[in-house]
Amino acid sequence: MQKIIELHNIIKEFDGERILDNIDLDIYDKEFITILGPSGCGKTTTLRIIGGFETPDSGECLFDGKRINDIPAYRRNVNTVFQKYALFPHLNVFENIAFALRLKKVPEDEIIRRVREMLDMVALRGFEHKNVNYLSGGQQQRVAIARALISHPRVLLLDEPLGALDLKLRKDMQNELKHIQQRTGITFIYVTHDQEEALTMSDTVVVMADGKIQQVGTPIDIYNEPVNAFVADFIGESNIVDGVMIEDGRVRFSGKEFVCVDGGFGKNEAVDVVVRPEDVDFVAPEKGMLVGTVTSVTFKGVHYEFIVDIGGFKWMIQSTDFVDQDERVGISIDPDAIHIMKKSEYSGKYGDYSSFSDELDSLSDADTVEEE
Amino acid sequence: MKKKSLGGALVAVPHIVWSALFIIAPLLFVLYYTFTSPEGGFTFDNILGLTEYADIFRTSIEMSIIATFCCFLIGYPLAYFIARSTERQKKIFMILLMLPMWTNLLIRTYSMMAILDDGGFLNSILLALDLAPVHIVGTKGAVIFGIVYDFFPYMVLPIYTAIEKIDRRLLEAASDLGCSNAQVMTQVILPLSKSGIVSGITMVFVPSISTFYISQKLGGGTFELIGDTIERQFQSYSTYNIGAAISLVMMILILISLAIMNRFSDGEETAGRLKR
Ligand SMILES: Nc1ncnc2c1ncn2[C@@H]1O[C@H](COP(=O)(O)OP(=O)(O)OP(=O)(O)O)[C@@H](O)[C@H]1O
Ligand SMILES: [Mg+2]
Repeated sequence: MQKIIELHNIIKEFDGERILDNIDLDIYDKEFITILGPSGCGKTTTLRIIGGFETPDSGECLFDGKRINDIPAYRRNVNTVFQKYALFPHLNVFENIAFALRLKKVPEDEIIRRVREMLDMVALRGFEHKNVNYLSGGQQQRVAIARALISHPRVLLLDEPLGALDLKLRKDMQNELKHIQQRTGITFIYVTHDQEEALTMSDTVVVMADGKIQQVGTPIDIYNEPVNAFVADFIGESNIVDGVMIEDGRVRFSGKEFVCVDGGFGKNEAVDVVVRPEDVDFVAPEKGMLVGTVTSVTFKGVHYEFIVDIGGFKWMIQSTDFVDQDERVGISIDPDAIHIMKKSEYSGKYGDYSSFSDELDSLSDADTVEEE
Repeated sequence: MKKKSLGGALVAVPHIVWSALFIIAPLLFVLYYTFTSPEGGFTFDNILGLTEYADIFRTSIEMSIIATFCCFLIGYPLAYFIARSTERQKKIFMILLMLPMWTNLLIRTYSMMAILDDGGFLNSILLALDLAPVHIVGTKGAVIFGIVYDFFPYMVLPIYTAIEKIDRRLLEAASDLGCSNAQVMTQVILPLSKSGIVSGITMVFVPSISTFYISQKLGGGTFELIGDTIERQFQSYSTYNIGAAISLVMMILILISLAIMNRFSDGEETAGRLKR
């Protein structure tokens, strides 16, 4: 596969505050790549640098191997679907979509043909003469996508394009976007702070935090082999406990020694140990590798979600077996479910469910939505 | 529609009284005088006699069109510039723009004369620099300059408001889709500030077509605009009937031009086609 965009040591500051800190990223032709990270971590800024709306303070942005730092947005073969669509209010649906072609003075009959093609692709046939100001969020979204795709850009930038849609429409549009990407072979650079969206749609996921890239990999890699506590916690749920690597394949945490499959650490190196909630099995207390007390039970449909106090550390465990609150349980963990990570600046900040409650979780979600 | 409550109707009373007293009544007087002779009989003579003033009408319309156009040419870039500056700068520009409006029109006109007159400030400077003096007061240009100077804030403000309202992301979207800076201007900013342009033009054209005094002073007595004619009919000659007839015709002209302007701004409601 061929690189289409390369970012080299990109640094960007606003008002003396470093927003992008040495971003290094290769993006390959025809891939669906997602930039994932919490609000304010610099996702939009990264996208704007690729789109040409922001110039990096230092570092290089390459397109097909050629430096494009100084090429203005309108001359880049990159189009954008903006976070809030930004449709032209003085133009109807047809003219919004035709905008790029009219600028290029494409003949009228070709414009009509290509706009029709786009309308079919985004399922908006018959909306040609509608006023864009009266379309629903989902429809505006489709117009924005059609408008950006009609000139066949090499790269499409999408900044949280589904952020304003309800869950059902979101899922439909996710499938549709993925489908469009596969059909057109256009490189999609997709920004989201929804980890599930990132995992389901992407070929490659880039996890960002605090203006730095934390990890780049396939969704499966990112989920199974997070590099640090931040990634482990941000992608899915994780129990992250302090551990000591005794030697390759042997780790000690929660006062017990476990067999694991990871290695390559120093002797007795302090590490972070990640165990996913769904990888923990309940057993009888006397057979358990660890023993704890259930402090809360939540029914989640497919499974139950338990918070279990093990030696003062609260674990999240998901299981289809029911155990009642206050019951003592033993737990067992397979060696390949134990993932070992190097210590990082994020160690100790994530992966403890002692203050966890669904209520708090949804509250903080609402906060991030409002910030946008 | 919901029926208005008694309280709601009462709130409107002062407005109705005000309108009746100061808008409707004067209009009725104008109508009355237009169609009566000084003796009080019904007549069309006042209207028919207006052909005598055709030249003055033409000059007035011509001058106000030129003045409005000049206001637009200066006002639009200025409005754009202010709308794109920082909040602090905006405040300063606004004050500078409004400052002349706080000064009385007479004083402004007199100071303009003091500067532009043959023996005025400008010419003293030119003479001191050994340059040839310029004759400004008494020319058409001076009158147009006076009108532009007086009314151009009314062009800038509505256009500024309209440009200020345009979402910056639309401009980015336009350049993303291939617009050069000039094309962003013609394809997005101009069409989206149309409502501001229309009200700016209206707010300059209407008062400048009926302006008086400026033309008397800066025209040096060689120019008569329709506003001056009306003033003279009422003030000096007390020929109310002719004055009223001229006013009526002018009102109709203004209404027609307003209607034309409105057609332009209506176009904005129905999303249209990209301009080539
Ligand atoms: N033009 C600007 N001037 C000053 N600060 C800016 C500017 N643009 C972005 N920032 C700051 O840079 C940081 C990162 O912003 P950015 O928009 O890239 O975040 P994001 O990851 O896209 O967040 P979100 O998920 O909320 O959209 C924020 O703290 C923001 O306040
Ligand atoms: Mg963003």
